[in-house]
Amino acid sequence: MKDNVVIELEGVNKWFGDFHVLKDIDLKVRERERVVVCGPSGSGKSTVIRCINRLEEHQEGRIVVDGQELDDDTRNVAAVRREVGMVFQQFNLFPHLTVIENCMLGPTRARGMSKAEARDRAMEYLARVRIPEQAEKYPGQLSGGQQQRVAIARSLCMQPKVMLFDEPTSALDPEMIKEVLDVMIDLAQSGMTMIVVTHEMGFARTVADQMVFMDEGRIVETAPPERFFANPESERTKLFLSQILSH
Amino acid sequence: MTARRGTPRLGWMDYVVFAILIAAVAYVWYRVDSVLEYRWDWAVIPHYLYRWDEEQQRWVANLLMQGLYTTIRLALWSIVLAALIGVVFGIMRTSRRLFPRLLSRVYVELIRNVPPLVFIFIFYFFISSQIMPLLGIEELVRSASPETLAWLEFLFGPPKLISNVISGVICLAMFEGAYVTEIVRAGIQSIPKTQTEAGLSIGLSRLKLMRYVILPQAVQRVVPPLAGQFITLVKDSSIVSLISIQELTFLAIETAVSTTRVFEVWITVAGLYFCVCYFCALLFDWMERRMAVDR
Ligand SMILES: Nc1ncnc2c1ncn2[C@@H]1O[C@H](COP(=O)(O)OP(=O)(O)OP(=O)(O)O)[C@@H](O)[C@H]1O
Ligand SMILES: [Mg+2]
Repeated sequence: MKDNVVIELEGVNKWFGDFHVLKDIDLKVRERERVVVCGPSGSGKSTVIRCINRLEEHQEGRIVVDGQELDDDTRNVAAVRREVGMVFQQFNLFPHLTVIENCMLGPTRARGMSKAEARDRAMEYLARVRIPEQAEKYPGQLSGGQQQRVAIARSLCMQPKVMLFDEPTSALDPEMIKEVLDVMIDLAQSGMTMIVVTHEMGFARTVADQMVFMDEGRIVETAPPERFFANPESERTKLFLSQILSH
Repeated sequence: MTARRGTPRLGWMDYVVFAILIAAVAYVWYRVDSVLEYRWDWAVIPHYLYRWDEEQQRWVANLLMQGLYTTIRLALWSIVLAALIGVVFGIMRTSRRLFPRLLSRVYVELIRNVPPLVFIFIFYFFISSQIMPLLGIEELVRSASPETLAWLEFLFGPPKLISNVISGVICLAMFEGAYVTEIVRAGIQSIPKTQTEAGLSIGLSRLKLMRYVILPQAVQRVVPPLAGQFITLVKDSSIVSLISIQELTFLAIETAVSTTRVFEVWITVAGLYFCVCYFCALLFDWMERRMAVDR
C-alpha cells in the first residue's frame, strides 16, 4: 500500500506581497511515509505545511491532498482539513475547554459523532499519548509537554489520513522534548503518514523515510536519511547540517 | 483579579472626605430650605409609589412605580434585543466578506455619530408608522385570550401600553445595539488568530469555529464592558420619555407637574434609577467572579 500518494505538490509558488516565499515546490508523500523537513529559519518550512491544510493559500502550482485539489474552487476546505491533522509549535489548545473536551470538539462538531462515542475515542487517544489521567483538567493546568501531547491527541481523534507537525518540540523545555518525541515515534511506528518540520535530527534518523532540506523558499535536497546525513549533495545542506549537528 | 477584597480600613483621609460630603449636603439643604424658601413635603411621595385601590381592596403601583416597572421591562427587553443585534453585527464586523463588514460598519458609524435624541425622533417616526402596524401587536392584544393577556401583561406591562413599550424597546435596542456591536467586535478580535487556525485544522466550519471556539472565549472578555453598557442602557432609557414611552422619567414629569413637588419627585426618581443600576452592577460583578472561579 506504500504507493498511494496522499499529498502531492507540483510547482507550488507563493508570495507574501512582493516576497517570494515558496519557489517551485515539488513534494510527494505516499501513504505510511514519514517526511522530515528541515532548513534554516525563514526558509518557508511552516508556509509549506500550512499550505497543505490551506491555512495559507498558494498562488501557483497544484496541491492535491487525498485526491482533492486545493484551489479557490475547493468547495469544502473543512472536509479536506478533517483528513489532515496539524500540530503547532505553540500547541494552540482551546483554553476554555477541558482536555477531553478539546479532543471531543472535532469528532462531535465536525464529524457529527455522538458525545459518548467521541468520549471513548478521546480517552483511547489520551491513553496513547500517555495522559489519560489529565482528561478533566484545563490546558492551563498542564505542562508544555503535556499540552503538546493533548494537541497530538486532539488531532488524532479526527483519525486523519496525514499528520502535519510544525516544530512540535521547539517551544518546550528540554526535559519535556523526549516525552513528545516518544509519542511521535510511536505514532510513526503505527503507520501514520507524517510530515514533520523539526530540527530534532535524532528523531529524524529514527523515523524518517525521506529528508527534505529547504533554503530560501526552495527545496534544495530530498534524500533518504542515511544518505542525507552521511553524504549530502548540496553545499548548503552540508553547511546546515554541520551547524545543527555540532551541538 | 482587580482590587483585593476584604473589610475596608478607614484612614483619617476617609473621615475628612466624609465630613466634607456631609457639609456639602447640609449646605445645599440649607440653601434650598431657607434661601429658596422651598417647603419640603415628602408626604406626597408614597402615594405616588403605591396607592390603596378601593375597588380591588389592595395596594397597587401608582405612577412612579408603574414607571419604574416599565423602565425595568424596557431595559430588560432592550438588553436582550441589543445583545442579539450586537452579536450578529459584531460577528459581521469581523467577517472576511466585504458586504457584511460594510453593512455593520455603516450601522455603527451612523449611530455613533448622530445624537441619540435626534436618532430616536427619526427612528420613532419610522417605527410607529411602519414597523408597529407590520408586527400587528394591537390585533394580537385585542384578540388574545385572558391567559395570553396575563402573560403579555407580565412580560410587557399593561395591555393598552404594549405597543408603546415595544416601540421604546426597538428604539433603545437599535441605539444601544451599535455599542454592543463594537464591544462584541473587540471581544472577537481579542482572541488570537492561532485559535482560529487550531479550530479550522480540526475541520470545523467557520460558523462552528465561531460558535464553539471564538465566542465562548470572547464572552468572558466581553462581560465587564457589556455590564457597563447595560447599566448605561438603563440610564439612557430615560430619553425615550421624549417619544411618549410611559417609563419612569415620563411619568415623573407628569407627577412633578401635577403635584408641584419638583425636588421630592426627582430625588425619588434618582433614587429609583440608582437602585436599579446599582443592583445590576452588583449582579454583573457577582457573575464575573463566578465565571472567574469556573476557570
Ligand atoms: N503572513 C506573512 N506575511 C508576510 N510574510 C510572512 C508571513 N508568514 C511568514 N512570512 C515570511 O515568510 C518567510 C518564511 O516563513 P516561514 O514561517 O515559512 O519560515 P520557517 O522556515 O518556518 O522559519 P522558522 O524556522 O523561523 O519557523 C519568513 O521570512 C517570514 O518572515
Ligand atoms: Mg516555522
